[in-house]
Amino acid sequence: SSIKNTSDAQQIAIGVWNNYVDRTPQRTKLLDAFLLFLVTVGVLQFVYCVIAGNFPFNAFLAGFSATVGQFVLTASLRIQTNPENKSDFEGLSHERAFADYVFGSLILHFFCVNFIN
Amino acid sequence: MAVADSQSILPNGAEMFFKGETGRNTRGLLRLIILCTIAAAAVASRLFSVIRFESIIHEFDPWFNFRATKYLVQHGFYNFWDWFDDRTWHPLGRVTGGTLYPGLMVTSGAIYHALRALAMPIDIRNICVLLAPAFSGLTAFATYLFTTEMSTSPSAGLLAAIFMGIAPGYISRSVAGSYDNEAIAIFLLVFTFYLWIKAVKLGSVMWGALTALFYGYMVSAWGGYVFITNLLPLHAFVLICMGRFSPRLYVSYTTWYALGTLASMQIPFVGFLPIRSSDHMAALGVFGLIQLVGGTEYIRQQLPSKQFQTLLRAMVLIIFVVAFGLLVLLTVSGTIAPWSGRFYSLWDTGYAKIHIPIIASVSEHQPTAWPAFFFDLNMLIWLFPAGVYMCFRQLKDEQVFIVIYAVLASYFAGVMVRLMLTLTPVVCVAAAMALSQILDTFTVATEPAPPAAEGTSQSNGHANGSANISAKLSSAIPDTLRSTKSPLVGIYSYLSKSLITGAVTSYLLLFVLHCTWVTSNAYSSPSVVLASKLPDGSQHIIDDYREAYYWLRQNTAQNAKVMSWWDYGYQIGGMADRPTLVDNNTWNNTHIATVGKAMSSREEVSWPIMRQHEVDYVLVVFGGLLGYSGDDINKFLWMVRIAEGIWPDEVKERDFFTARGEYRVDDGATPTMRNSLMYKMSYYNFDKLFPAGQAQDRVRGSKLPAQGPELSTLEEAFTSENWIIRIYKVKKPDNLGRGLIEAGQFDKGGKKKKAPKRRGARVLRVD
Repeated sequence: SSIKNTSDAQQIAIGVWNNYVDRTPQRTKLLDAFLLFLVTVGVLQFVYCVIAGNFPFNAFLAGFSATVGQFVLTASLRIQTNPENKSDFEGLSHERAFADYVFGSLILHFFCVNFIN
Repeated sequence: MAVADSQSILPNGAEMFFKGETGRNTRGLLRLIILCTIAAAAVASRLFSVIRFESIIHEFDPWFNFRATKYLVQHGFYNFWDWFDDRTWHPLGRVTGGTLYPGLMVTSGAIYHALRALAMPIDIRNICVLLAPAFSGLTAFATYLFTTEMSTSPSAGLLAAIFMGIAPGYISRSVAGSYDNEAIAIFLLVFTFYLWIKAVKLGSVMWGALTALFYGYMVSAWGGYVFITNLLPLHAFVLICMGRFSPRLYVSYTTWYALGTLASMQIPFVGFLPIRSSDHMAALGVFGLIQLVGGTEYIRQQLPSKQFQTLLRAMVLIIFVVAFGLLVLLTVSGTIAPWSGRFYSLWDTGYAKIHIPIIASVSEHQPTAWPAFFFDLNMLIWLFPAGVYMCFRQLKDEQVFIVIYAVLASYFAGVMVRLMLTLTPVVCVAAAMALSQILDTFTVATEPAPPAAEGTSQSNGHANGSANISAKLSSAIPDTLRSTKSPLVGIYSYLSKSLITGAVTSYLLLFVLHCTWVTSNAYSSPSVVLASKLPDGSQHIIDDYREAYYWLRQNTAQNAKVMSWWDYGYQIGGMADRPTLVDNNTWNNTHIATVGKAMSSREEVSWPIMRQHEVDYVLVVFGGLLGYSGDDINKFLWMVRIAEGIWPDEVKERDFFTARGEYRVDDGATPTMRNSLMYKMSYYNFDKLFPAGQAQDRVRGSKLPAQGPELSTLEEAFTSENWIIRIYKVKKPDNLGRGLIEAGQFDKGGKKKKAPKRRGARVLRVD
């Protein structure tokens, strides 16, 4: 494989982490924290479902897809506001991206609340 | 539009008119007028049946939709949502709210209430009848939007709109009175695709969310939503495989999937299917894949090493393979439901015929013959491949979509007649793209600037040898010689322009003629009334169906159960308003087989079945007098097959054929055939219409046996004017406790000779 040894891999990981801490704007880090939180919540729900069974399956699905959907929407916002992707999203201001995000989240939550009964 | 702006062949006066100060506004106005005209044409061409006959619901399925809509309007939305219908599938009932796609009914209910709020109280029947034409106007508009996303040509969208507006392939399912799910579903299909293309182009969450919303609406309207569920992931997947993954694709696809799946699960009939059924797994798989690819792309940007890149690629591949294996495992183990029979029969085309006769028995589920393509799409069908080829020439994200859609829909339309409907939009779009390309090339292209004056041509002559030579020639020879002038033929001359434009115009006019003719002659007949022409050309209407249904409605008890073959279940429920045993929603195969068994067995077997199911009346359709071929004797073999699937020992298809394998109703008919309830009910008293021994069945074209069948467990209650519908009443048990056959024979004085007194083989009475 391409990785020679563990110290090499460690080196690279540390480099990536430093790069991330240095180069990422504050706002994006905030989004990343939220993404991390969503992943945690999702994993917890899933683990609970595996342990306790999925009896009100719609409730599980509503909760789980709320986290998945919110993760996806937040990731989209992160992509859209990332300056590196400027060329892909011409004519999409950050404010517009945020308004779209709110729109999508509102729909998502409406459906989730409706589905959880 | 850019083409039209930059190069125009219009002379000055017209140019002033079209492209003056207000050129843009003028064109916008023109476009608006054209679109309105197209919508008007789309609506108008669907009104043949309303104008010729009357404003009623056609066919079979729409009668249930109509009945459900009436229920919705009368009882309100919440009651409709929880509607348990005890007047169908008699002993069982049907949880209607959870087994139908409510989009159609809710749409017309909303229109009904909106019109009332505007002080235009219109009967719900008229709204239902005219819903499909109204939505076809919207479909034309959606097609316009969709095509303008595909092509830069100003005419492509308008051409596609008019094609979609009047193409018979779509008209066949959306004439006035055809109140079926497809009426609104095709509009939603095209509009969802438009929103999706828009979302992929812009990478916007808003357009993705709108796609999801309209996808949800589509799910609520038609079972064909599965087509979208598989087409959009396929598009995304192909884009990824082509190396065209972009953040825009991530944003649009994930937004659509996350919101759209939740939206589709709100419909009770769909429920957990998007998680559990194989039909929806492609979308889920691509959702997972796109997360992986997105993550990989993100990490790739962060990492300098090329080795890492290959490692990550390998990881994505491995995870994909593992996920696929997991999916297969889950399907095999039964956690994920396998393909439903209806969809599976699209791949394995022989499957339905062998395993599910009820799917194969529907005429719409047969493969399509070639003439049908030309009949339904006329000249579009040969422009269609050209349009798809042009998509290859200029392959952007949205053109990939057209290509995939074209390939898939062509396959499905070839397998099943009714899926011609999903093919029609893409044919219209692709044909419009091809045609608009031709028109643009030939009408708008101007002659390139001539090789200019001699001085300049000399200076850059070395770059262009031939131009140089011709310039030299023209300078050497005086202009007055006609033979030295540039020839008239060629793409830039008015001759070629007018030729091509003329040809295209005549094709378009022929297309309109064809569409109008097909719509008028083939697709505008309500199946409830049968129209026939008298020798003097006047129209004669055969209205036996409604005659019989209204007889049932007015002369039977409110709760009298009617048994008939499932084809007529919805119409009996809708027009006669009586409970039925089976209907067109074929959700319970065994129950249908029960009716099939009762129809195809001897009276001794059928009568207990009918008594057990509390049947009061039996309705059969008989076309033998009039030559109406869609009658129950011709459908009889399907009843036998469906019954045989459940009771192979009691009903055997082989017994209904003669020794030489013929299906006959005359003297040569087998005893099983002649003793079957269906045969007896159809031909009961039929011979009395004719001189003795001359009874003739005009559908089968055969002479009937001299001795007509006798019925002892049923009595004839009603026969319509042309004998198309015959209704029988099921007799009550004999008062003296005899079998009904015995009692019938006794009443007729069956035995001439006095029976010898003999002790029968009696058994001991057990008290």
